[in-house]
Amino acid sequence: MIEVQNVEKSFYGKQILHDVSATFKAGQTNLIIGQSGHGKTVLLKSMVGLHEIDSGKIIYGDQVFSEMNFKEQKSIRKEIGMLFQGSALFDSSTVQENVMFPLDMFSKMSKEEKLERVNFCLKRVNLENVNHLFPSEISGGMQKRVAIARAIALNPKYLFCDEPNSGLDPKTSIVIDNLIYEITKEYGITTIINTHDMNSVMGIGEQIIFIHEGKKCWEGTKEEIFTASEERLNNFVFASELFKTIKNNLK
Amino acid sequence: MKFLEEFGRYINFLKRVFAKPEKHSVFVKHFFNEAVLLGTNSIGIVLIIAVFMGAVITLQTAYNIEMPFIPKYTIGLAARDSILLEFSSSIVGLILAGKVGSSIASEIGTMRVTEQIDAIEIMGINSAGFLVLPKVMAFMIMMPFLVLLSMGVGITGGWLAGSLTGVVPSADYIYGIQYAFIPFYITYSLIKSVVFAFLISTISSYQGYFVKGGSLEVGKSSTKAVVTSCILILLFNLLLTQLMLA
Repeated sequence: MIEVQNVEKSFYGKQILHDVSATFKAGQTNLIIGQSGHGKTVLLKSMVGLHEIDSGKIIYGDQVFSEMNFKEQKSIRKEIGMLFQGSALFDSSTVQENVMFPLDMFSKMSKEEKLERVNFCLKRVNLENVNHLFPSEISGGMQKRVAIARAIALNPKYLFCDEPNSGLDPKTSIVIDNLIYEITKEYGITTIINTHDMNSVMGIGEQIIFIHEGKKCWEGTKEEIFTASEERLNNFVFASELFKTIKNNLK
Repeated sequence: MKFLEEFGRYINFLKRVFAKPEKHSVFVKHFFNEAVLLGTNSIGIVLIIAVFMGAVITLQTAYNIEMPFIPKYTIGLAARDSILLEFSSSIVGLILAGKVGSSIASEIGTMRVTEQIDAIEIMGINSAGFLVLPKVMAFMIMMPFLVLLSMGVGITGGWLAGSLTGVVPSADYIYGIQYAFIPFYITYSLIKSVVFAFLISTISSYQGYFVKGGSLEVGKSSTKAVVTSCILILLFNLLLTQLMLA
């Protein structure tokens, strides 16, 4: 479980996050939704320690992550897997080397054991026979799957996904969403997904937090979204004609 | 004020770069990769520059020493000392600031804007040390070899130019390059090359590491890395010359 308590963050005098508090439970997909530029990525990056917060607390289990220094955070960081918007695979390394990277750095496995683990992770994300290809030689969807394989290589307790579907076609997006959902359930991971893709929200959103102008405005489940009275949430969720029609039909 | 801020950030960056490597075996692997990328892959350009540089120095010296009472071997001696004292370390340093400096800055800058550095950092790895230390160490070790190579090739280039054009007889040139030889000149040049390698690799890495934005900014950082490295090479060349030869 991850807890965010009264987090505030500003850049160059401009406040981005205002008193954000939330709890993200283990074994479920926690979604942070909101418009672009409203602080979702800042919140996510603050949670993994890429941004230092101005005030508040970020707690992993019972450890206050935000009050630790880089060295102290190491043990928690090893339990974090992250899927970046642009995959963030190492260009100069092959798929195999990318997935093996965390194992090379933190495990004491033999080369054979590491290779076995790499192949297992790649198979888990439905990728085979791509070990020796470079990221530039595979499609965007495959790159995301390699990034997921890298993120789960060390059996993480926490998985962060920053807009995992950006740049993907709807069909591939569903594949990626389902993969994240299955992995979350399979390993009991605390998964936090940043997205503005409503298909993801309706598909895999178990706990949803809506961020607007850096403030948490709403929290609930995907079923509750349809009956929510929060105007800013409705303006965001039902901005498209498709979702407006679905809502009207449900009424 | 901005200079002090930038300098402070550079010093803090160096502190992170020179921290203990995360895993020794990974560091060694990266070190050898970088030695090939930054050192071995620069041999070609160093050879081309050195041979032409030696040839031009010899010809220019020959055309400027036309008085009959100055012996011909002076051409070899002047070419040797120019190459050993100045041209090998400084010119090779400036050329490598362009080749190696821009390559380091753009590589690290691209990793920054595509969040690859964030991916390393999230795992709890000191990204500055992990990415930059192998480059700095490898380049500081490889650069003196490149300079030594350029000395040999430069002097040979001078001999070739002198012999082929007939401006200095081969025997005179060979006598000249051996005459009144001071071995310290080589030490001086090698010390300079190590300092230049440090400057090029750390400044370029620093410029790339702190890039913000996209590909345009990566290009700008690469240019800034080369310009800053070149200026500092010239400045340190002056300082080291005063310190070591005065």
